[in-house]
Amino acid sequence: MAGPDTLRATFFEECEDLLSRLGDGLSLMAEPGETSDIETVHGVFRAVHSVKGGAAAFGLTSVVEFAHVFETVLDLMRSGRLPVSLPAMQTLLRASDVLADLVTVARDGGADPPQMASLLMELDLLAEQGPAPDLIEADFDFQPVPIHIPDGVAPSITPDPVTYAITLSPLAGLYAHGHEPAALIRALRRLGEVEVIADIDAIRPLAALDLSRPGLRWQMRLTTTKARDEIEAVFDFVGDDAEVTITRLLPEPTLPTEAPAPIMPAPPSQRPTDSSPAGSAAAVLPLSATIRVNLDRVDRLINQIGELVILEAVLAQAVTTAGLRDDSDLATSLAGIRQLAGSIQETVLSIRAQPLKPVFQRMQRITREAGDATGKQVRLAMIGDTTEVDKTVIERLADPLTHMIRNAVDHGIEAPAQRMALGKPPVGVITLSAAHRSGRVIIELSDDGGGIDRSRVRAIAEARGLVATDAVLTPADIDNLLFLPGFSSKEEASSLSGRGVGLDVVRREIQSLGGRVTLQSVPGQGTTFTIALPLTLAVLDGMLISVGPETMVLPLSAIVETIRPASAQIHLLGQSGRLVANRGALVPIIDLADCFGFAPIADLDRSVLIMVESDSGRRAALAATGIHDQRQVVIKSLEQNYGSVHGISAATILGDGRIALIIDPEEILRSTAVDSPSAARTAHG
Amino acid sequence: MTIRILAIDDSPTMRGLIAAALEPAGFEVHLAEDGIDGLDRLLAADPHLVITDINMPQMDGFGVITAVRASTGHASLPILVLTTETGAELKQRARSAGATGWIVKPFDEAGLIDTINRVLGL
Repeated sequence: MAGPDTLRATFFEECEDLLSRLGDGLSLMAEPGETSDIETVHGVFRAVHSVKGGAAAFGLTSVVEFAHVFETVLDLMRSGRLPVSLPAMQTLLRASDVLADLVTVARDGGADPPQMASLLMELDLLAEQGPAPDLIEADFDFQPVPIHIPDGVAPSITPDPVTYAITLSPLAGLYAHGHEPAALIRALRRLGEVEVIADIDAIRPLAALDLSRPGLRWQMRLTTTKARDEIEAVFDFVGDDAEVTITRLLPEPTLPTEAPAPIMPAPPSQRPTDSSPAGSAAAVLPLSATIRVNLDRVDRLINQIGELVILEAVLAQAVTTAGLRDDSDLATSLAGIRQLAGSIQETVLSIRAQPLKPVFQRMQRITREAGDATGKQVRLAMIGDTTEVDKTVIERLADPLTHMIRNAVDHGIEAPAQRMALGKPPVGVITLSAAHRSGRVIIELSDDGGGIDRSRVRAIAEARGLVATDAVLTPADIDNLLFLPGFSSKEEASSLSGRGVGLDVVRREIQSLGGRVTLQSVPGQGTTFTIALPLTLAVLDGMLISVGPETMVLPLSAIVETIRPASAQIHLLGQSGRLVANRGALVPIIDLADCFGFAPIADLDRSVLIMVESDSGRRAALAATGIHDQRQVVIKSLEQNYGSVHGISAATILGDGRIALIIDPEEILRSTAVDSPSAARTAHG
Repeated sequence: MTIRILAIDDSPTMRGLIAAALEPAGFEVHLAEDGIDGLDRLLAADPHLVITDINMPQMDGFGVITAVRASTGHASLPILVLTTETGAELKQRARSAGATGWIVKPFDEAGLIDTINRVLGL
């Protein structure tokens, strides 16, 4: 049985769904020029209502209180008593933020959000624009209302039994509403001794039977120590579906003296559909069936499938070694298994994949807050938020995206007046888009602001010693200076995007997800950041290479090309520096064997050079002794199992069971001072 | 005899709370996520009593009541509506839609069980 803690957790999980639906619905309602679909408004109302209901069950009074006022406004809107206006929507959007905060506070503790009081007032003001409050039915009471009948009597007093005469004359509605006289009589029996007389006098002959006027009625005598209101409670739900009289008899029990209540002519039968507002057959949408599964189980499954894929590779190698023909039974079965394992792996990985929507949605709020803080008008447009990415990736995207959005609002989008002067619409637009492209997820964040002010960026970089004053830099080089650690500073960043966090942190975070971030900027037109991420953190497309005695894996995403150098192409630089001429440029050569502590390659001519490019566009040629194969490998964390190793991002297990380390080319490029920005940085820090 | 209850609520929290209250008390609890789902489960669950939320997607509680009352097999099934509101108008609406009674959210376990027992005369 689910314990209270589990239920609480369920509630908070549900809240996330509800708040996301709320945000969705409100955003849809707030779309300029959009006439709100009534179902959207209903959905929004339901979301807040459900948050309130659940919160009440767990005694979260702040949430309940706020949700109630929120809901009142939404109720006015859904019934058309309050128009959907832009200012109203802005209040509601902010209210949804506060509600989300309140839920977070309820879950994690902390103080109620400071905006709560002011928003309660705003909501109240909105509600007052609707009809007079007495027309609002929500006669609200969030204290638990005990329906339960207490064991009644105060312990010290045991009252003497009292006898009541009770008559029950059902009308048609009693049966129509699912009441059962026998059940009512049984309920009375729980209170004490009951004598029942069924009065069948009024039952008509079958031919004249009128179902709307049931003739059967009962006369009862109940002797009980319970209070009268407990007897009345039995008939609480009966309402006017039956005539009920309860008369206290004198202590000397006598048979009821008063005449049984006359059988009243039944009121015109109330067919439920006549007054039911919701009898219409709602359009039936297909349900998408979902279950919630603990992430650990999914990860275990992913790991096991990974093992399966590895075992399959081991087996394949054994078959080859045994010299079996490709068309042998064993080989063809194995091919079948390989195919199946591959597709199972894909399916299982897709379980971890989740739409980017929640994290995108959070950005709506970040945008609003950033706009409010800077006095700029900004709108966030989202494209492709249904694109699915690994859950871990999604979770870790929030921080970099938040930073980039704040950055875009703060530095990209111009103030409204300035925009007007430039002939742009006053409201700036930040577009956040996501799409799958060649096995990766591409997320683009572009603003229609002023673009990067390159002279200023250069001046700042020079002032901080990040770049030499006489360095020749292309516009792209200058843009990339933004990603250097130490570029961002308090002086430069405002209160909003400040906090000493620069784009270098964004880049590092994206890199730690196996992704890369680049930017393009057009003066006067805006800036676009492009983040390319792997679909999953569980497998990687890699190239198997020989480094010294070891086989290692180089991520395919970093590789530009591979070359076999003719000796003429290699140039010496000083004592140990070697460069290779490639496509008109001299690229430094990094000997991987040397890097990882093996004997350096004696004869570079016989090596293979693998051209890699870093995010900032730096190139280097990694020298290896051989290239074997290109394949998908299952990533095994080295940090979890061993520890962090410089230049190595993870490990994998090869088909023959050997462990191969996965090289982190970014880190290798970073740690070897090979080109100007990095050299400058080394000098700086 | 085991009493079977069909509880219809779109909130997993509410469903959890209902199940947590009723199952230990010996009720057999069937859960449905909305009105349509509830009606789908009605035949298989063959409950002695239905508890339904009012505000739900797809088909709301009033829709459930109307459909159950119009059915051939379950027209006189006791139906309790779950509501956070205590207003008279809501009760009247529930009644005229054909509900047997109501349960005010948040409910306590004893109150919920007592209400069910009362309606079923257990």
